[in-house]
Order: sequence, then structure tokens, then C-alpha cells
Amino acid sequence: MSQHIKTLKTRELCENEGGCGECRTSCQSACKTSCGVSNQPCENPETTEKAA
Amino acid sequence: MVHCYQLGGSGIVLDVNSGSIHICDEESYRAIEAWERNGSEGIEAEIAREIEALISAGKLFSPEHSRLSPADDYDVKALCLNVAHCCNLRCAYCFTGHNLNDDTQLMSFETGKAALDFLVANCGGHRNLEVDFFGGEPLLNLDVVKRLVAYARTLEAEHNVRFRFTLTTNGLLLTDDVTEFCNAEFDNVVLSLDGREATHNRFRKFPGGSGSYSAVVGKMQRFTALRKGGYYIRGTYTRDNLDFTADILAMSELGFRHLALEPVVASPDSPYSLREEDLPLLFAEYEKLAFEMAARIGGTEEFTFYHYSLDLENGPCLHKRCAGCGAGTEYYCVTPDGTLYPCHQFAGEAEFAAGNVRDGITNRTLTEKFAKANLFSRSDCAECWAKFYCAGGCSANAYHASGSIDGTYGLGCELFRKRMECAIWLTANTASA
Repeated sequence: MSQHIKTLKTRELCENEGGCGECRTSCQSACKTSCGVSNQPCENPETTEKAA
Repeated sequence: MVHCYQLGGSGIVLDVNSGSIHICDEESYRAIEAWERNGSEGIEAEIAREIEALISAGKLFSPEHSRLSPADDYDVKALCLNVAHCCNLRCAYCFTGHNLNDDTQLMSFETGKAALDFLVANCGGHRNLEVDFFGGEPLLNLDVVKRLVAYARTLEAEHNVRFRFTLTTNGLLLTDDVTEFCNAEFDNVVLSLDGREATHNRFRKFPGGSGSYSAVVGKMQRFTALRKGGYYIRGTYTRDNLDFTADILAMSELGFRHLALEPVVASPDSPYSLREEDLPLLFAEYEKLAFEMAARIGGTEEFTFYHYSLDLENGPCLHKRCAGCGAGTEYYCVTPDGTLYPCHQFAGEAEFAAGNVRDGITNRTLTEKFAKANLFSRSDCAECWAKFYCAGGCSANAYHASGSIDGTYGLGCELFRKRMECAIWLTANTASA
């Protein structure tokens, strides 16, 4: 158990998965004037099933 | 690459390539900073073991991803339908303020229908399709909006697609009928409010010059109270309200719980555009906002802020994080006459006309440029720690700031990085609350 460093649970960024394109388009949101993607959930059914 | 920063008494280390986030005590934070320069030399053994375990697990100092190859052809999955290029307000900072006195600038049902047909025909088998009704003020063309939504629903079963609709409105024409329609059909509704009354009225004026605050606030309160589904109260801040946290808190005091506030997009010559010298004040405001939100976690006054919402565990894949904003690739804006533009910020700029909804994409030279505009084409992005949070950023901002969609908007990047630092800090606090 770490004593000094606490690591948050995050999705690991792998090159060989993803890209299905079922998630939302970046700008179809509240912003319309900037681009952020990290608040957009993955909507790939295979990935979300694995995470569940 | 790692990014180390301290905020609110926490030492935070982001491992850029793996996406891992570490919350460190003082000793381990200093050790990781030193490790970058000297490795384990001089590091206390217990801390060194923790760091080495994280390195072995691929969660710290993880290697660069080999150069991903972004697609050179994309399926279209989202449209912004500018169903009205007219508006019942005259907001001085509006970037779609073309011919707003011309009430003939409404999209016909036939043009909107052709746009939906174009989307379905070019979606390449994607199931989730998005349509945002935008303007001008889209509720000036409500009848066409309703007919288009009904038409889209008829396409869903036939083509195995699902439409998700959003609406961006100034709120003036909200009625219970509109609310009922939105509750039935819209995934998200964005209501434009700039915060405090004086802030809002400074830019969001009627054609006669009076402010619109008192005309919209009550309607927005009723709408959100009855809302079944997502919404954002979304404002714009300018150089005239660098203390924008007060505007966000004013939104909260009105009872709104899902908030967004964007830096103005304006020419550098504009008196209200943001400047480099404003950054220290703006950074302090973003921190103040994060601390205020942290203090409200779990309480009745808690609210969400669009740019501080992170989905760490189920966020987007690496491909999504490299692909840019989607403008001119998977996303187009349609003006009332049916012309396709790479996004709403390019609407009406003739050199950015990509085609039209009846003939499809005809300017392939243009769309190929947009397909290549992403994290890899923007040289400033290579060494940026926040690159996988913005995917290379907004092409329109890049173009308007640098003259090229392959450029970057430096001021916007600075603000984005600060927002991400605060968002990560707040998310870490939420996780431990």
C-alpha cells in the first residue's frame, strides 16, 4: 500500500483500443468556443461493458 | 512526460501518456520532480520504492505513444443547424451576428430535412448522431425545429441510428410548451446567461439597447425547475468581468446547478477581448472557483461547472484524444441556405464553404485540411502536458488567432491548461470527499 502517493483510478490510454466514434462530438456541448474532450464518456459498448 | 503542480495544498503529478494522476505528499512530490533530473539518487528508499512501482506499472514516466495515424477520411456524425440567422437580441460579442435584422434568414423545413438526410447518408454506420439547433435564436423557427425532430425520429428505425438533440437559446421565447417539447426530445439545452445582471446586460441587449436580464431569468428558472434532462446555463466572460467567479456564483444563487462560462472569442482589437496581461487574474479566478466548488461538495449549494467535469475512469480513448475538435471532419454547421461549413464559428465565411446539404461535400481540398488539423499537425501541442485533454483544440480559435487552422490560440491554451489543473484538483477532492 502506498504511503506517500495516492493514485486516482483513471482510464489507461492505450493506442490499440478505441476509435469507434460513438461518443459525442467535442463541440456539441455547452462550450461552442473551445475544445475539451476529457469530460466526455466513452460510448463504445465493448469498453463500457468491460469497465462495468 | 509528467506535469507536476501544486494547488490547494496538494501536490499533483499527471503522467501525460498513461493519463495516470497521482496525489503526493510533500516528500514524494519533491522526489518525483527530482527523479526527472537525477533518477533515484538521493531519494528516500521508501519513496523510491513507490515511484519505481509506479514506473513498472506504466503509470509514471510512461513512454511516448508511437505516432498515431489520424484518419484521413471521416464519417459525419454531428450537425449544428443554424435554423435562424436572425435574433431577437443584439449581443455585441456574437460570432454568428450575420444579418440579424433580416427575419428572412430562417432555415426552411426542406433544407433542414436535406441536412438530416445528408447526415444519415454520410454517417458510415455510426449509431449515435447529434444535431444542435443553433442560430441566431433557434426558437424563432420553432415550428421547423419541431418538424425536423419529428422527421429525424422517422429515420431512426429505418437506418438504425439514434438522434440526440440539443438546443442553444437565449431564453426569451421559452414557454411551457417549449419546455414540454424539450423534455420529450432534447438531451441537452443550453441557456445563455452571463451571470450578474450588470454583466449580462452589458452585452446581451435588445435591438433598442436595453438589457435582457430581467426578461430571461424568470423563464430560465421555470424551465430548469421543470426540466427532465440535461441543461447548462452558459455564459461568456470578457475583459469587463475578469472577476467572473462572481458571475458563476450569481448563477448558482438563482438556483441553477449546471453551469458553464466561456472566455469571449473576439478580435484582439476589441476592447473587451482578453489579453496576456489578464492571465494572472484569470488564473486566480479559476482557482477561486475550484475552491468554492470544493467547499460545496455534498451540500445543497453544490453545482457543476462544464470545464471542471472530468470523466477519469470512463473518459475518451486515445484516438478521441488526438483527433482535434471534429470540425470539418465529423461535424459541420449548416446555414439557413443549406451551405455546409466546418463549424459554427466559420459560418458565413465564403472560403470555408465545404458544400451544401443537397450536393454534399464538394470542397474536398478544404475538408482534407481539416482532417489533418489535430494534435499532430500543431507543433505547439507536442510538448504540452494537456494535449490529451483538448485533443489539439479548436480549429476556429486556431485560425482566428494565428491565420491557420494548424496554428494554436496561445491565450486559449493558457486558460485551458489552468482549467485542467483546477479540474484535476477538484476531481481528486471529490474522490476523497
